[in-house]
Amino acid sequence: MQELIYYFTHLAIIIGIYAILALGLNLVVGYTGLLSVMHAAFYGVGAYATALLMTQLGFNFFIATGLSVVIAIVLSFAIGLVLSRFDGDYYALGSLGFGVILYSVFLSWRGVTRGALGIPQIPKPELFGFEFSQITVFLLLVVVLAAGVYLCSRFVTRSSFGRVLMAIREDERAIQVFGYNTLYFKLTVFVIGAGIAAIAGALFASYITYINPSSFTAMESIYLLSIIILGGLASLRGSVLGAVFLVVLFEGLRHIGLSSDMAAHMREALYGVILVALMLYRPQGLVGKYKL
Amino acid sequence: MSTIKTENITKQFEGVHALDGVSLEIPRGRVTGIVGPNGSGKTTLVNVLSGIVRQDAGVLHIGGKEVSILKPQQVNAHGITRTFQEVRLFEQMTVLDNILVVVTERAVAASLFRRRQERCDREARQALETVGLWEKRSSPAAALSYGQRKLLEIARVLAMREAEVYLFDEPFAGLFPAMVDVVVKVMQGLKQEGKSVVLIEHSMDLIRQLCDTVIVMDEGKLLAQGTPETVFAKPEVIAIYVGK
Ligand SMILES: Nc1ncnc2c1ncn2[C@@H]1O[C@H](COP(=O)(O)OP(=O)(O)OP(=O)(O)O)[C@@H](O)[C@H]1O
Ligand SMILES: [Mg+2]
Repeated sequence: MQELIYYFTHLAIIIGIYAILALGLNLVVGYTGLLSVMHAAFYGVGAYATALLMTQLGFNFFIATGLSVVIAIVLSFAIGLVLSRFDGDYYALGSLGFGVILYSVFLSWRGVTRGALGIPQIPKPELFGFEFSQITVFLLLVVVLAAGVYLCSRFVTRSSFGRVLMAIREDERAIQVFGYNTLYFKLTVFVIGAGIAAIAGALFASYITYINPSSFTAMESIYLLSIIILGGLASLRGSVLGAVFLVVLFEGLRHIGLSSDMAAHMREALYGVILVALMLYRPQGLVGKYKL
Repeated sequence: MSTIKTENITKQFEGVHALDGVSLEIPRGRVTGIVGPNGSGKTTLVNVLSGIVRQDAGVLHIGGKEVSILKPQQVNAHGITRTFQEVRLFEQMTVLDNILVVVTERAVAASLFRRRQERCDREARQALETVGLWEKRSSPAAALSYGQRKLLEIARVLAMREAEVYLFDEPFAGLFPAMVDVVVKVMQGLKQEGKSVVLIEHSMDLIRQLCDTVIVMDEGKLLAQGTPETVFAKPEVIAIYVGK
């Protein structure tokens, strides 16, 4: 019984982290129509920055998280500026390129990231002497942050700003003619998405206590895309639902007697199948209304 | 007095001279018609005047200021707005959102935090009621009929209260007579408010009814400009219309 509770709490934490990632990505892809294939890289930036700040410099988790959000924002601003020169398919390819670059940095900047060895012994969060070491308490932290991200995303998408994002997705040139400097809007939403991803990365690093580059691959970015496509583009509820669905599905695969190695391969194959099936039969996702 | 002046505007597409040294003036506070055969460069001219297409050579003067490069996002600041020959709506957004998006704050921070909903709602409602689409406000733009889509585009520019120059690219094409009347009223209303209207249109009757001046284009060149009576009496203008 104890174990079961532990297991479901663990699942809920993973779902929460993916829901945060999906919410940020949906602002960029679903609402604005920028097909970013590098979200896992900003997730990694958040995870690495938090891990390093905590293990090397002894920073408190919350300060480290705040700083890694700032780092992700600065980095995504620069990358967003370059990506703003691309449209459509080229945007996807360009962002994929940046995702691969950041992954290589995680892998080869050994002096800092320890390369494939990864960073072990990342501490748990602590606030005024209270340690979030118990899994249920950690879940509480994840839920609070996920709820915060959800509410922020809702604020963004329900504002006039959010309406402009959708207009950019529908016809960027036309909305420019009506007086919007779309570059600023695209940069802002890209930076918000990256900052949110960094929060998820910080939670992940501190929860698992060990990170290495393999969690932040291009494949992971595609996995995140499939979550929001499955749940529904430009739907916040869809982002959460997609995260629940895919995380549970992956776990389910482990429980039908597959080895975890085999399950990982199955997972990838299954994403592929889900993506193709969705594009064929339900391009708007489970609860979404929009297409790219 | 002119509101927009073009000087030697030239634009080629893969060897086609869409615009070939066009110099003209668009008078302020008047309705100016642009006519000419298919492919004569009418849309390209409007595209240049709205930053959609950048000219190869030539300059624009807008409100007395020389503008050599007009970026799309600057068009609004110059007081210019337009509709498109091939309707360009924000398809997956509601009819109301299609209008609201052009009346709300243009700056990022203001659009996030400062929400002047009441004024925006009122202006959007007014624009939609003018073209009779208020009842449709919650449907996605993609669900409208062809004529309704054209009307929604017109409502969208109507909602641009601060614009001075309205460019319409064949706004009447494919409209039922009742809808034509609505659009005619819109144009007359704009003129009454002292706005400058540019209207690309193939129907001579509508041109005569609405326009103070007519510009005739042919093969990327300005063929004639003047009042409808004088222009349509010119032999070279008659020639291209009889010739077609
Ligand atoms: N984006 C483009 N790419 C290539 N050629 C173009 C483009 N836009 C216009 N043209 C060409 O430039 C010429 C002028 O086209 P334009 O659309 O300005 O004519 P128009 O007078 O508006 O015609 P219509 O009455 O059919 O709308 C045509 O030969 C057209 O094929
Ligand atoms: Mg045309």
